[in-house]
Amino acid sequence: MTRALLALEDGTTFPGRSLGASGETFGEVVFNTGMSGYQEVLTDPSYARQIVVMTYPHQGNYGVNAEDAESWGVRVAGFVVREAARRPSSWRAQRALGEYLAEAGVVGIDDLDTRSLTLHIREAGAMRAGISTDDLDPGSLVERVRRQPGMAGADLARTVSTERPYVGDGQGPVRFRVAAFDWGLKRNSLRLLARSGCATTVYPALTPAEEVLREGFDGVFLSNGPGDPAATPYAVETARRLLGRVPVFGICLGHQVLARALGGSTYKLRFGHRGANQPVVDLDTARVAVTSHNHGFAVDPAGWEAASSRSRGGGDPTTAVAAMRGTPVVHTNFGRVALTHWNLNDGVLEGLRCVDVPAFSVQYHPEAAPGPHDSVELFDRFTALMEAAR
Amino acid sequence: MPRRDDIRTVMVIGSGPIVIGQACEFDYSGTQACKVLRREGFRVVLVNSNPATIMTDPEFADRTYVEPLTPESVLQVIERERPDALLPTLGGQTGLNVAVALAEAGALEDYGVRLIGASLEAIRRAEDRRLFVRTMAEAGLPLPRSGFAHSVAEAEAVAGSLGYPVMVRPSFVLGGGGTGIAAGPEELRLIAGEGIAASPIGEVLVEESVEGWKEFELEVMRDGADNAVVVCSVENLDPMGVHTGDSITVAPAQTLSDREYQDMRDAALACIRAVGVETGGSNIQFAVDPRDGRMVVIEMNPRVSRSSALASKATGFPIAKIAAMLAVGYRLDEIPNDITGETPACFEPALDYVVVKIPRWAFEKFPGADPRLGTRMKSVGEVMAAGRTFREALGKALRSLERDADLGADGAEAPEDILAELGRPAEGRLALVEAALRRGHGVDEVATASGIDPWFVDQIAQVVEEADALAGRRLARLSAEDLLRAKRAGLSDRRLAVLLGAREREVRAARSAAGVRPVFKTVDTCAGEFPARTPYFYSAYERETEARPSARPRVVILGSGPNRIGQGIEFDYACVHAAFALRQAGYETVMVNCNPETVSTDYDTSDRLYFEPLTVEDVVAVCEAEDPIGVVVQLGGQTPLALAGELEAEGFPILGTTPASIDLAEDRGKFGAVLRRLGIAHPPHGEASSAEEAAAVAARIGFPVVVRPSYVLGGRAMEIVYSEDELAGYLESATAASPAHPVLVDRFLEGAIEVDVDAVADGAEVYIAAVMEHIEEAGVHSGDSSCTVPPVTLSDDELDEIERLTRAIAGALDVRGLLNIQFAVKDERVWVLEANPRASRTAPFVSKATGVPLAKAAALVLVGRSLADLRHEGLLPADDAHYRRLRHVAVKAAVLPFGRFPGVDTVLGPEMRSTGEVMGIASDLGLALARAQAATGAALPSKGTVFVSVSNRDKRSIVFPVKRLWDLGFRILATRGTAALLARAGIEASPVDKVSEGHPNAVDLIRGGRVDLVINTPFGREPRSDGWSIRTAAAATGVPCITTLQGAFAAVQGIEALLRDREEPRSLQEYHAGSWAG
Ligand SMILES: Nc1ncnc2c1ncn2[C@@H]1O[C@H](COP(=O)(O)OP(=O)(O)O)[C@@H](O)[C@H]1O
Ligand SMILES: Nc1ncnc2c1ncn2[C@@H]1O[C@H](COP(=O)(O)OP(=O)(O)O)[C@@H](O)[C@H]1O
Ligand SMILES: [Mg+2]
Ligand SMILES: [Mg+2]
Repeated sequence: MTRALLALEDGTTFPGRSLGASGETFGEVVFNTGMSGYQEVLTDPSYARQIVVMTYPHQGNYGVNAEDAESWGVRVAGFVVREAARRPSSWRAQRALGEYLAEAGVVGIDDLDTRSLTLHIREAGAMRAGISTDDLDPGSLVERVRRQPGMAGADLARTVSTERPYVGDGQGPVRFRVAAFDWGLKRNSLRLLARSGCATTVYPALTPAEEVLREGFDGVFLSNGPGDPAATPYAVETARRLLGRVPVFGICLGHQVLARALGGSTYKLRFGHRGANQPVVDLDTARVAVTSHNHGFAVDPAGWEAASSRSRGGGDPTTAVAAMRGTPVVHTNFGRVALTHWNLNDGVLEGLRCVDVPAFSVQYHPEAAPGPHDSVELFDRFTALMEAAR
Repeated sequence: MPRRDDIRTVMVIGSGPIVIGQACEFDYSGTQACKVLRREGFRVVLVNSNPATIMTDPEFADRTYVEPLTPESVLQVIERERPDALLPTLGGQTGLNVAVALAEAGALEDYGVRLIGASLEAIRRAEDRRLFVRTMAEAGLPLPRSGFAHSVAEAEAVAGSLGYPVMVRPSFVLGGGGTGIAAGPEELRLIAGEGIAASPIGEVLVEESVEGWKEFELEVMRDGADNAVVVCSVENLDPMGVHTGDSITVAPAQTLSDREYQDMRDAALACIRAVGVETGGSNIQFAVDPRDGRMVVIEMNPRVSRSSALASKATGFPIAKIAAMLAVGYRLDEIPNDITGETPACFEPALDYVVVKIPRWAFEKFPGADPRLGTRMKSVGEVMAAGRTFREALGKALRSLERDADLGADGAEAPEDILAELGRPAEGRLALVEAALRRGHGVDEVATASGIDPWFVDQIAQVVEEADALAGRRLARLSAEDLLRAKRAGLSDRRLAVLLGAREREVRAARSAAGVRPVFKTVDTCAGEFPARTPYFYSAYERETEARPSARPRVVILGSGPNRIGQGIEFDYACVHAAFALRQAGYETVMVNCNPETVSTDYDTSDRLYFEPLTVEDVVAVCEAEDPIGVVVQLGGQTPLALAGELEAEGFPILGTTPASIDLAEDRGKFGAVLRRLGIAHPPHGEASSAEEAAAVAARIGFPVVVRPSYVLGGRAMEIVYSEDELAGYLESATAASPAHPVLVDRFLEGAIEVDVDAVADGAEVYIAAVMEHIEEAGVHSGDSSCTVPPVTLSDDELDEIERLTRAIAGALDVRGLLNIQFAVKDERVWVLEANPRASRTAPFVSKATGVPLAKAAALVLVGRSLADLRHEGLLPADDAHYRRLRHVAVKAAVLPFGRFPGVDTVLGPEMRSTGEVMGIASDLGLALARAQAATGAALPSKGTVFVSVSNRDKRSIVFPVKRLWDLGFRILATRGTAALLARAGIEASPVDKVSEGHPNAVDLIRGGRVDLVINTPFGREPRSDGWSIRTAAAATGVPCITTLQGAFAAVQGIEALLRDREEPRSLQEYHAGSWAG
C-alpha cells in the first residue's frame, strides 16, 4: 500500500492511501454530493484545476467505460474518496477507477474521513489543496499548497477548450444549425443538441463572435466551463456581440458570461454547488426541478439596478420564493431580463431569460451527465427560441 | 399552493395487527401523519384495531377508534364522524383495501367523503395487474412479458407461450401471498391453483420469470403541482426471486452507473405520473438483467410502504409525514426539511454512508414450514444499520439481529455442495457465501452461484480476509492499527474475541486502551452540504465525531431491536412513551435502537437518536459518548434487559429495578426461592441435565409437565408432556438435555385460568394497572391467548389475592418501574408462573383499555418520581382498582401467521407464535369478543355451518356451546364420534367423513367454502393427524378455527352479541372519559 497525504492551505491534513497515479497534484478542493456518476465528474472539464472530494464513500463500484466520459479524458486535478472499489461490477465496466486514474496520470487519495473533510470545506470554504505520495510531511506539503494560485481570477476556459472547430455527431434530421462555444463543453450537451435536431459546430474559446455570426447559425450555445467568469473578458465580449443578433442559450459558465454581458456581476460562493440533488424553481412555470450542479461562482441578482430586493444566499428561500409572485424582472443594457430560476436551498440565482432579445441561460446542468434529466426540456426551449427567431 | 381549506375532518386508516408483510412501519407512518395533520389544524379521526400502536394513543387523534378494519366497521365510524376526507395511503395494503372497498361500494360518495392522496382510479391502476400492465404499456415502460389466467388451464396456456420458468402472481394480494415461480407445468398447476384461490377476484398473472436479475426499488414522492422527487434508491443484495421483504437490501443503490440510475429514475417518475398518484409517496420496483442492463418494472405500490419506512430512516426524509402534508394541499417546495431546517423538502437526499437492512425470520417457531426464501415474504422483522462502508454497515446489521450471525464466522458446517446450496437461498446464506469463499471459490464463482452481485461478494471477501488474517493471533500483540483495521472491516468485538481466543470484555478493554473507539456521524439528508439540526447518529470508525453531549441531564433509553415473535411493537411502544415522558420532564432523551420500522427510531421521538445495534459493544460506545445519568433497560423487552449487568459493570447506572433484582426474577432457581420464602404457590419444578434426570424430576413432581430448554426465551421449544414416553420423545426431537444446556421441568397446571398482571412499583407502593383474565387456559402462551379487562369470571376475592401477591413479589424483588406477572388460578388457588421486571406485551393494551398511561408513569418512576406524585398530578387515577370498575370490556386477541406457512399446525400451545394483536372494545364481553375476532381477519359468522370435531377430553363440555349454536340456527357438521354425542343431546349434526375415511371429507368441505366456523380441539401430538388436516385447511382458506374449549365458549358469546342489536362503535376518548368519571 502506498501512502498519500492531502493537505489544505489552512494547515489541515488527512493521511490516506494512494489512489491512481503516484506523484503530486495541486488545485482547489471542492466536494460533490452526487451518489453516482464519478466517471462523468472526472471527465467534466469544468473541474479543471480542482481536487474533487466525493462525499459518497464507495466510488468506482461499477467501474469505468468508454461511453460515460464527458470529454476526452480525466480533467480533475485530483480525486479524493473514502473507498475506491477493489472489484468493480457492471456489464459495462472496462476498467477499475484506480487504473483509470493511474492511466490518466491523475493523483488521488482514498481511505480517509471524507465526511470530516467535507464539513471542514463547508465551514471554511473551498480552498487550495494538494495531494502527494512523495511528500508525506504535513508541514512541507501545506507550505507548498500555499504557494499555489487560487481559483479567484483564474481564466481556465481557454485552457480546456478545443484547439480547432469541429462538427458534433448528428442524430436524425437536422432542423437547426448551432454554434457551440467550448469553454469546457460536455459531450452530453452535444448529444442533447443533436437529439433536439441541431447540427452543432464547436468553436474554440477565443473564437471572435463575428466569425460565428458570419456562418449564419440559427443559435449559439454557450457551454459550461471552469474558472472565474470575471477572468474571461473575451467570453463576455463574445456574448455581448452575439446578444440580439442570434438566439443564445448558456449554461453554467455560459450563464455567468451571459449575465456579465448583460451588465451583471458574479461572485464566488463559499463552497459552491456540486451534486445532483439541488432543487431549482422555475418561476415562469412554478415547477421545481431536481438539478445537476457544478459551480463555484454565481450571478449576483443585485448586480442590476432594478433588481427586486433580495439578499444573496441566506434567508428562507422557500418563503422568499413563495412570496415572489411572478418572475422578477430587471433592466439591463439589453432590455428587460427575467430572473427565472432560483435555488430553493440557498436562494442563489440559477437562471435568467431575456425578454427583449432571444437569450436565456441556467446556472446548472440541464444536460445532466451525471444527474437527473428533469431539465433536458431546456434544449427544446432553445430550439423553440430558434424557431421563433426565424 | 397552501393547505386546502375545504377539509376539516380527515379520517386516517391504520394497518391493523402486525402480520408478516405489514409490521409496525405503518404505525410509524400513521403516527407521523396524525401528528402533522393535527398540527395543521385538522380534526383527525383514526381507525386501527391494533392497540399496541402509538397512533392509537388517544392524544394522537381527536377521535381514536380501535375497531376492526373491515369496510362495515369503518363505515360505522364514518356514519358517526362524518369526515370530509379519507387518507387511505398510510395504512398499508389493509388500509388501502378497506378504502377501495368503501369507495367502490359508493359509501364514500354517499357520505361526501373524498379520497385524498390517491384517487380510486390511481389505486386501481397500480393494484389491478390488468390495468397496471396496460398503464405501463401506454407510458412506454417495460414490464416482463405476461398474460392473465382465471383457471389452471389458462395459466398453462400462457406459460406455454412465454416459456418456463414463469412467475405467478394473484391480483390484490399483499406480501407476495399466493405468488411463486414455476419451473414447469407441474409446479405451475399447484401455484396457479393456490394463486387463483388467494386472489379476491380469482385472477392470476402469469409472467416471464426474471429470477436471478438484480432487484431495485425507488421511493418517489409527488405533489399536486406535479413536482416529483426520488427520495431513495435501494438495491437488493438478493436477486429477483427473493421477495424484497426477505432480501438484504442496501441504500443507496451500489452497482448502477449514473446513466442506468437516471434511466431508472426517469422510469419511476413516468410510472407515478402514469398511474396518477397525485400526491404522496409510491414505491416502484425494478429488475435489471446483470448481463446486458435490460430493465423492467416489477410493481408499484401507490402508498407508503415497508420500503418507504426504511427509506425514511435511511435518508432522514420523513416520507409519511410529507405524504400527509401533500395530501392536504401543500407542495414539496413549501415544506421545510426538518433535518436541516433551512432547505425545503423538494430535493433528493444525498447519503454519505451506506445503509443495510437485514430481515429476521422465525422459522424455528414453525416446524414444517419451508425455510427457503422465495417470492412470498416470510420474515417477521428487520434491522437496519448505517456505516461509512458497506462492510461496516453489514457487520452492524448482522449483530443487530441478535442471532450470533456475525460475519467472519467460520463456515465449518457448510454443506458439501455449497455452490448448489447458494442457489437455493435461505436465512443463513451470507454465512454460506463466506464459507464458499473460504473454501477457495472465487468471487465470480460465488456470485454466479448465488445471484449476488460480485461487488457485494467481494465486500464479504474483504471481511473474510481481515478475519482470517487475525485468526490465531493474540490480542495483546495487536497494534492500534490492527484493531482499527478490524473494526473498519465491520468485525464485532465478539467476533474478534472468538478469532483471538479472548473475551469480548478484553477486546473492548484493549480497544479502549489503544484509543480505537467509534465516532458518531450524522444522518443529515445532504451529505454534509448543510448543517444538520437534528441529532440522528450512527457510529463509524473514522476521524471526527459529530456527537457532542449537551449540558442537560441525559437518559439513554434502549429499544427492543428487530421485531420477532414474542418481542414486537409493544416494547417499542413503551420506549416511545418513556421518551415522551422524560423529555417533558426536562431530561434529554437518547434513544438507541436498530429497528427501522418503529416510532422509536423516528428522529423526532427523542432528543437524540442513535441508530445502533443493541449489543454491549455498541451501547457502551453510545453511553461513553453521551455520559448519561442512567440507562433505561426495562422497557425494550428482553434484549436490553439482558444488557443490564454488563452496562452496570462498565459503570453506567441502570435506572429502576437493579440488575441484581432482574437476575433474581429471571433465574428460575433464585425466583423459586423468593416465592418459597414468601410462601407463594408456584408449580413444583426441577432442572435436568440428562434424559434420566428429566424422567426422575417428572416422576417426582408428577405428569403432566411443562418442559423447556433453560437457555432460550419466549416459550421457545416449550411443550406440555403427559407421559414418560412423550418426555423421552421431546428430549430426542426438540432439545437434548446436557449439563451446559439443562432442561426445565415444571408441573403443568391443567385446566387453570391464566392471568396477566401489569403493575408499576416505586419502592414505596405498587400501582396495579390491570389484572387480565385469559380466555384460553394456562398452557396456551400468554402472547397467543385472548384476554379481557376487566376480568370476567374472577371473583373479587381472587382479584384481591392476585393483587396481594403482586405487591409481595414487587416488594421482594424491590421492583422500581414496571412489573408483569403471570398467574394461574386453579382450584381457587393462585399460582405464580413467572414474573418479568420489565415492560410487558400487554402494557399498551392495558393503557388502551383503561386510559392509564402506564409506560409514561413507569418512565417517571425510573427518574425518581413517586406514584403518589403521579396520582396527585392526575397521571394515574385515584382509584386503585380502576381497572375493575370500567364500564366497558376490552378484549385482546392474537393474530397468527399460519396462512403464511402452509402445512404448519395451528394448535395453540405454550410456545408463542403470534405476530400481532388486536383489541375489541364494547359495552359487553360478547360484542368485544366478536369485534376482536373480526379484527383478526377471521370474523365470526352470524349464520351458516359449523364443523365440530373435538378430543374425547372435551366432548362433554362441547355439548353446551354447540347446542347454543344449533338454537341460534347454525347447521352443525361433525365427525362421527362427535356427531353421535351431539345427537344424544338432541342436536341434529350431520356426520362428515374424516380425511382418512374418503371423500367428500371435512377438509373437502372446508376447502370448498362450505364451512363458516371450525371448532377443533387437538387429540394429541401426533403429526399429520386428521385434526391437523382440518386445521391447516381452515388456515389456508381463512375460515375461523377455534382450537380450545374456552375459545368455543367465547365464540358463542360473540355470535350471540352479533345477533343482538348493533351497538355503534365509540372512540377511546369516549370510553376513557366514561371510565375516569366512574
Ligand atoms: N417476473 C418475476 N420473475 C422473478 N421474480 C419475480 C418476478 N416478479 C416478482 N418477483 C419476485 O417476487 C417478489 C414479490 O413480487 P412483487 O411484485 O414485488 O409483489 P409484492 O406485492 O409481494 O411486493 C419480488 O420482490 C421479486 O423478488
Ligand atoms: N406450570 C405451568 N402450568 C400451566 N401452564 C404453564 C405453566 N408454565 C407455563 N405455562 C404456560 O406457558 C406459557 C409460557 O410460559 P412462560 O413461563 O410465561 O414463558 P415465557 O417466558 O415464554 O412467557 C404461559 O403463558 C402459560 O400459558
Ligand atoms: Mg414488492
Ligand atoms: Mg410468559
